[in-house]
Amino acid sequence: MINLTIIDRDGGSRPVEIPEGINLSLMEVLKASEYDILATCGGMALCATCHVQVIEGPEEYFTATDTELDVLDTLPYAPPASRLACQIRISEDMDGMVFKLVGEE
Amino acid sequence: MEKITTDICIIGAGPVGLFAVFEAGLLKMRCHLIDVLPQVGGQLSEIYPHKPIYDIPGYPDVTAQQLVDNLMLQIAPFHPTFSLGERVENLQRNDDGSYDIITNDGTTVHCQVVVIAGGLGCFEPRKPEIDRLTDFEGKGVAYMVKNPEHFRDKKVVLAGGGDSALDWAIFLSNVAERVTLVHRGDTFRGAPDSAEKVFELAREGKIDLILKSNVVALTGDDCLREITLLDRDQQVSHIEADHLIPLFGLSPKLGRIADWGLNIDRSAIAVNTVDYSTNIERIYAIGDINTYPGKLKLILCGFHESALMAQSAFKYVYPEQKLSFKYTTVYGVSAF
Repeated sequence: MINLTIIDRDGGSRPVEIPEGINLSLMEVLKASEYDILATCGGMALCATCHVQVIEGPEEYFTATDTELDVLDTLPYAPPASRLACQIRISEDMDGMVFKLVGEE
Repeated sequence: MEKITTDICIIGAGPVGLFAVFEAGLLKMRCHLIDVLPQVGGQLSEIYPHKPIYDIPGYPDVTAQQLVDNLMLQIAPFHPTFSLGERVENLQRNDDGSYDIITNDGTTVHCQVVVIAGGLGCFEPRKPEIDRLTDFEGKGVAYMVKNPEHFRDKKVVLAGGGDSALDWAIFLSNVAERVTLVHRGDTFRGAPDSAEKVFELAREGKIDLILKSNVVALTGDDCLREITLLDRDQQVSHIEADHLIPLFGLSPKLGRIADWGLNIDRSAIAVNTVDYSTNIERIYAIGDINTYPGKLKLILCGFHESALMAQSAFKYVYPEQKLSFKYTTVYGVSAF
């Protein structure tokens, strides 16, 4: 199992358990876990409604890709270590990571 | 104040709204479409025109814009009419069961049936968190540039870091008394040419470029007077401004449709899967905007929904006639 901690917009946090080997993005996992994420564009890194902030985890996850930065740069607010959850593939080295939801409800 | 009379008024001119014209047309029902965007195609044209789509039956791959163009060809025989760049505001039910739909531009569409094919909802400007922002809407704050002349010889502040912020900063530098561009970051990821031009104008003193800063508050009286900025080092500064144009892209909202008494479930309209009708008679919802058990947000599902909707809507448009189901292979497509 891959265990993540998700901090909600209101500051409350809860764990999410993900089976290893599933081919999903973090956005898809969050949606499936009943988080209020619109994911308007369906995962094309276009709408930024799955905007999250990396709080804890391996260093490489703190940096957004170029595709993500194109969108993040147009937002009024993006804290450091901002990512788009749709562009993060779930992998085993994510075990123990902490994310905070930022995207609009 | 245009007045349009049609059989079916379709709200949303995305792929599903467009295909609904075809399915209605086969049953001799005329359609008028309203969309807030200035062009047809919905999110396909607005968000991802060049992305290939792989799950349209009969097309191993097709770009989003190609699909929209083909749909326009397919529905051409039925001469749909359009109100583009208009937002649906009000719905009025008439005594005979028909509806009048009124847009923000005052267009009235008189119809027998309303079909909501609104996709993600109405694309509205993303509003940043700025103290008293909404107080000054229409009094100095605008989210788009409709008429650049409006800003002639004024002090204009643009906020944002995308292409539209860059493009308008360049354009308005020749129109306004003073243009200030405020950007959260210190680089621009928009078109490199535009970014370079903005830096050049800033070097020449033709625009004020304020980087690593956000607009946080507005002050004024009956109109906007001053803008408060906060930079990354938490330093506060103020600039005089007649206008603020926040340009942070568009984000979809359900809009006024949410006030019509429809059953709404998590920003989607609940429908009966027999014919995709809503809880209100003569109002249907098809495509991404509806929800039902097992709903998949796929274009092809929206196409299917539009066919069933049209068969059901027929009874309101032609109450005296009996509906007979016909194949296009047998009867072809009769234009009107």
